[in-house]
Amino acid sequence: MALTPSSVAYLRQEDAPRLPPPASMTGLQGWLRQNLFPSIGSSLVTILFGALALWVLSSIFDFAFLRAVWSGADRQACLGENSGACWPMVAAKMGQWVYGFYPIDQRWRVNVCFVAGAALLAPMLIPSAPYKNWNVALLFLAFPLVTLVLLTGGNFNFDLATYALVISLMLLAAVIVPLAAFGLEEGIACNKAGLGLAGAAVGLWFASFLTGPLQTTIGGTSNSLISILTGLLLLGSGALSIGTAVRRAPRGGFVAAAGWAVGLAGILLAMLLLDFDFGLLPVETPQWGGLTVTLVVSITGIVVSLPVGIVLALGRRSRMPIVRMLSVIYIEIIRGVPLITVLFMSSVMLPLFLPPGTSFDKLLRALIGVAMFSSAYMAEVVRGGLQSIPKGQYEGAMAVGLSFWQMMNKIVLPQALKVSIPNIVGNFISLFKDTTLLLIIGLFDLLGILQASLRDSAWATASSAPTGYLTVALMYWVFCFGMSRYSIYTERRLHTGHKR
Amino acid sequence: MAQAAVQSPAENEIAIQISAMNKWYGEFHVLRDINLTVYKGERIVICGPSGSGKSTLIRCINRLEEHQKGDIVVDGIPLTNDLKKIDEVRREVGMVFQHFNLFPHLTVLENCTLAPIWVRKLPKKDADELAMKLLTRVKIPEQALKYPGQLSGGQQQRVAIARALCMNPKLMLFDEPTSALDPEMIKEVLEVMVDLAQSGMTMLCVTHEMGFARQVANRVIFMDQGQIVEQNAPAEFFSNPKSERTRLFLSQILH
Repeated sequence: MALTPSSVAYLRQEDAPRLPPPASMTGLQGWLRQNLFPSIGSSLVTILFGALALWVLSSIFDFAFLRAVWSGADRQACLGENSGACWPMVAAKMGQWVYGFYPIDQRWRVNVCFVAGAALLAPMLIPSAPYKNWNVALLFLAFPLVTLVLLTGGNFNFDLATYALVISLMLLAAVIVPLAAFGLEEGIACNKAGLGLAGAAVGLWFASFLTGPLQTTIGGTSNSLISILTGLLLLGSGALSIGTAVRRAPRGGFVAAAGWAVGLAGILLAMLLLDFDFGLLPVETPQWGGLTVTLVVSITGIVVSLPVGIVLALGRRSRMPIVRMLSVIYIEIIRGVPLITVLFMSSVMLPLFLPPGTSFDKLLRALIGVAMFSSAYMAEVVRGGLQSIPKGQYEGAMAVGLSFWQMMNKIVLPQALKVSIPNIVGNFISLFKDTTLLLIIGLFDLLGILQASLRDSAWATASSAPTGYLTVALMYWVFCFGMSRYSIYTERRLHTGHKR
Repeated sequence: MAQAAVQSPAENEIAIQISAMNKWYGEFHVLRDINLTVYKGERIVICGPSGSGKSTLIRCINRLEEHQKGDIVVDGIPLTNDLKKIDEVRREVGMVFQHFNLFPHLTVLENCTLAPIWVRKLPKKDADELAMKLLTRVKIPEQALKYPGQLSGGQQQRVAIARALCMNPKLMLFDEPTSALDPEMIKEVLEVMVDLAQSGMTMLCVTHEMGFARQVANRVIFMDQGQIVEQNAPAEFFSNPKSERTRLFLSQILH
């Protein structure tokens, strides 16, 4: 039964008309049918969960509004047989939840920080707002300083040893200058002497802990031989690193060295500012608490962890074995340990590395612990993003002549970070909520201060706890939901319809 | 021997000098004893079976791949581990890839102006002007503000050519520029490459487009198993291949 050509041949005579989709696909009816009632099983689930949602929402509404107590001076108001949320308690306690035990007549200082932060953050988040450079400088340089002075009262009274410590650390940091100027690999290769001296100085500093009582600061002013030697080594290392950078490449090296000098000057200037007596009443950090502490800790953690995480992620992908090993060790040690342990370590062990005279604030130690912890997680998130960038992007960037850092800044990191936005913001959100663990080392964040205030007998009623938890949950939710929505907005904004 | 095949290029000025070059991937000897002199203005087509090392060879010329033995001198600059020299070479050598390697987060115009602004330190206005001129040359100025993901493959490859040209390179490397394209888009890319060849650009092109080789090449190089097996002027190469391996290869791709 052979097919003749005529039996398979076909020729369309006219185009089929283009029709609108059928009614079941459009409009409210179509939407309902597609999403809520596509089959009998789905309809049952819809009805079941709809009823459940209605029941939960109506219970909350009933508790928070219908049966709620709206006014009163103390617990008597909320003792009614069937009374719901005790709102007067919230009104009375809100100050404490926000400011902790901050002196009431000084609360304006916290408020100034809140308002300034919001005023600087809002234009930062709006992509089309002008003067982004000034905005960044104010938000990330001026604002933290002003906040520090306002919240603590300033007038730090640094001693000479602290200045020496900071200058020593900056000299140590000078080894980064050639790295920034010529890229990781080349920067290490051309500055072996500087790196060696820096390594020797750090080794000597650590060795000083083994040999005697903790008398030595890194390059400090104590007269011990070791500390003078450390200081000299650091001076040599810094001079070599900066010299190498300036001598080897007139373009990148000079800029990086100038950046380092500006950084040193800026830090010394900031220290002088913190040293200055503005006549503000000093408020010790144990008096801080509530939302203020939550925000201070989480924002510091967020701002520090992203850049440090990026550096760690790049380090872990470096071809230099030592850089890679150090990054891996840091990341894996921190990630292998619960946050509570890191907090304990930072509050117990960190002081061992410091000279006895320096009192090291508990909140500051917690801040360092949280920042170290979240940096390790951030590093892995960023590394995931970096891994999603195909080799061709690196090759394309190299082929047009971009340097290592130009390639990273202009091509690789923008794409890698964009891919990582959901995870980065996820980390931010969990960090924000993890601040609650500060309770363990005796700091009162928002949740901690709530629990403390629930013990107040003046407001002890059956509905106080639910009301308080509901309110605080709402406060957490507002911040976290805000971050989540902003991340979705950013993802959409950066979407360029590419498949690559 | 190479000189014999070269007639048209000007004054025998040397653009690339590769001598006794060898490269290994671990134990595997990918490029064996490569000797090649490219003169300014020459258009060279490199062909050969898959895995013969042709892409690796041209990627050594701008140091996307490192060679272990022998010398490569590009435009008078010897390629060593010295990063500065590598940067200098990359500034003078444009490259077009099989998979375009455009930057998807930047617009077409930004793709073109990125390197002129950051590497050549051109003011943005001048870079924009230059980029628009070259996008016009590859016939897609109207796409300047779109993102690469919104363009067809042929358009993307033409943007990639314009991006390379924006650095005003002295020579251009093409690594199978049409292999990832749908058939109807190959022609528009080849047209741009022919136009470029006619303008006197020094070009090294790894391709299987034998029509292109016949039309514009001064020299065709056949590679197999990491070696240069045969090179000749295209007419002679196609009509009278000397080596058995070349004959076999040509019989397989020309039907």
